[in-house]
Amino acid sequence: MAVGVVRIPVADLLSPTAEQWEVIRVSRIPRVLAILLAGAALSVAGLVMQRITQNSFVSPTTAGTVEAAVLGILVATLLVPAASLLVKMVVAIATSVVATAGFLRLLRGVRHRDPVVVALVGIMYGGVIGAVTVFVAYQRDLLQLLDFWSTGSFSAATEGQYEPLFLVLAVGAVGYVYADRFTVVGMGQEFATNLGVSYRTVRSVGLVVVSVMAATVVVVVGAIPFLGLIVPNVVSLALGDHVGRTLPVVALAGAGFVLACDVVGRVVRFPYEIPVSTVAGVLGAGVFLWLVLRTASGKEAHG
Amino acid sequence: MIHVDHVSHAYTPSGPPVLDDVALDITRGAVTALVGPNGAGKSTLLAAVSRLLGPDHGRVVVDGVDVARAPDREVARVLAVLRQDTRLSARLTVVDLVRFGRFPHSGGRLTTADHEVVAASLAHVGMADLRDRYLDELSGGQRQRAFIAMVLAQETPYVLLDEPLNNLDMEHAASVMRVLRTAADDLGRTVVVVLHDVNMAAAWADDVVGMRDGRVVARGRPAEVLRTDVLREVFGIEIPVVTVDGSPVALHWLPRAGRHPMGVGQRY
Ligand SMILES: Nc1ncnc2c1ncn2[C@@H]1O[C@H](COP(=O)(O)OP(=O)(O)O)[C@@H](O)[C@H]1O
Ligand SMILES: [Mg+2]
Repeated sequence: MAVGVVRIPVADLLSPTAEQWEVIRVSRIPRVLAILLAGAALSVAGLVMQRITQNSFVSPTTAGTVEAAVLGILVATLLVPAASLLVKMVVAIATSVVATAGFLRLLRGVRHRDPVVVALVGIMYGGVIGAVTVFVAYQRDLLQLLDFWSTGSFSAATEGQYEPLFLVLAVGAVGYVYADRFTVVGMGQEFATNLGVSYRTVRSVGLVVVSVMAATVVVVVGAIPFLGLIVPNVVSLALGDHVGRTLPVVALAGAGFVLACDVVGRVVRFPYEIPVSTVAGVLGAGVFLWLVLRTASGKEAHG
Repeated sequence: MIHVDHVSHAYTPSGPPVLDDVALDITRGAVTALVGPNGAGKSTLLAAVSRLLGPDHGRVVVDGVDVARAPDREVARVLAVLRQDTRLSARLTVVDLVRFGRFPHSGGRLTTADHEVVAASLAHVGMADLRDRYLDELSGGQRQRAFIAMVLAQETPYVLLDEPLNNLDMEHAASVMRVLRTAADDLGRTVVVVLHDVNMAAAWADDVVGMRDGRVVARGRPAEVLRTDVLREVFGIEIPVVTVDGSPVALHWLPRAGRHPMGVGQRY
């Protein structure tokens, strides 16, 4: 809250002048809320996705969900140039659902249950969707715009822009209600059937939760890489995969991680900003590498 | 009663039937052992009975309910199944796993009574001390016992287990069989268990069903099935059988057991 082009001493946060309050209300509070919501949403989306695919190395940014959301926004922008944020969001959610469902279907055809292989399939799948998007954008000279959604940044998260993010709270609540079922489905189809849990229904619910969360974040602030991958995995190392227990922790950890990335991005080259996705990308890649190496060196991946 | 009503199944349309018109009634309150060589179709039959697999033909009726048609949750309160290979795809602690056994009853909100069932199931399989350990940090046998505890915690009238003694040492194998025996004798549960050791079946089961090539080829009390001629039908090999303390013991590990041209079993 204190860091920004307009300096507001921490002490003044408690009793700001009218001018300072304006900055806080219009820019700082929305920004912090957007950061917390987006960080929590992408991390929880990753957690749910990993459980419904039974694979720790899958996440919205590595399996087509986010790429499809970007494609959805692009298509909406092209077809209805004056489309409101809400319309773009609906279209993005729809394309995310379709692409993620496609990924789940694709997994059924993949004989390899090796988590790393499955993760690679997801990355290739997302790559194909991303390539289509870039091609469409290139044809229509919209590459610049594309950058906005594929590189998450909170500099545009101001009053009147970030509010759609509150949708993730509602979806998060649904996710929490389904937490035990996600855990059960994460143990496999037969395990779920034995306990009377409908594997297909729960996977569909998870699919919608993941897509709505990821697409909403992409529309409002853009994609943040690695978040959905590393936050749930690090939490899982400490607390296991009991979703009912880990979901709140994953949400908090994700929010905290993005907040930290944002602050770093704003102080490193003050008064300029490095987009949060760049910071998260650098930090996330490091942590991800460590997770993969850890798996490769004998520790079984629960995938 | 479990009523297997002329069930046939093939995994590939052109392939051989893995279950070939199996008709079988399994008595309530008894321990029934399913034996047979690898690939006989035991696991497939158990999967069909527990609605994990929808067979091509026929149906399975448990206490008047067609398992393939009834709602999953309803069936989950009637029968519990433990599959042969339990792949671990999530990091759970032993006690969390066993608590999920209560899911069909409690839907995730465990009552005091549920917690008591969980504790009792853990104690039954001797896993109370290890309740807070992660499953992936256990030995194969300990993990197997945790899964057995989960199935017991489901408190279903019917319990189906596919080779639950895999990975277990002698002591724990016997203690699991004792748990199943107690469940049948004291709690009136019906237990169907696939065993690869016919002697284990003979010692603990009331009823032994022998399968081969997708068919039931033998059925009866242990003394009726543990005979060299019957075992030849089931396993296709010559197995000497002796009697110890009035119970039949198959000597299938002996060098002279096997595909012997002339049956040697009769001499025993
Ligand atoms: N999922 C499957 N797909 C194709 N064939 C299978 C599958 N499961 C089992 N089979 C085949 O069906 C036959 C019976 O298998 P199974 O029921 O596992 O036998 P058992 O448990 O008696 O060893 C075997 O020949 C096996 O190869
Ligand atoms: Mg088998």
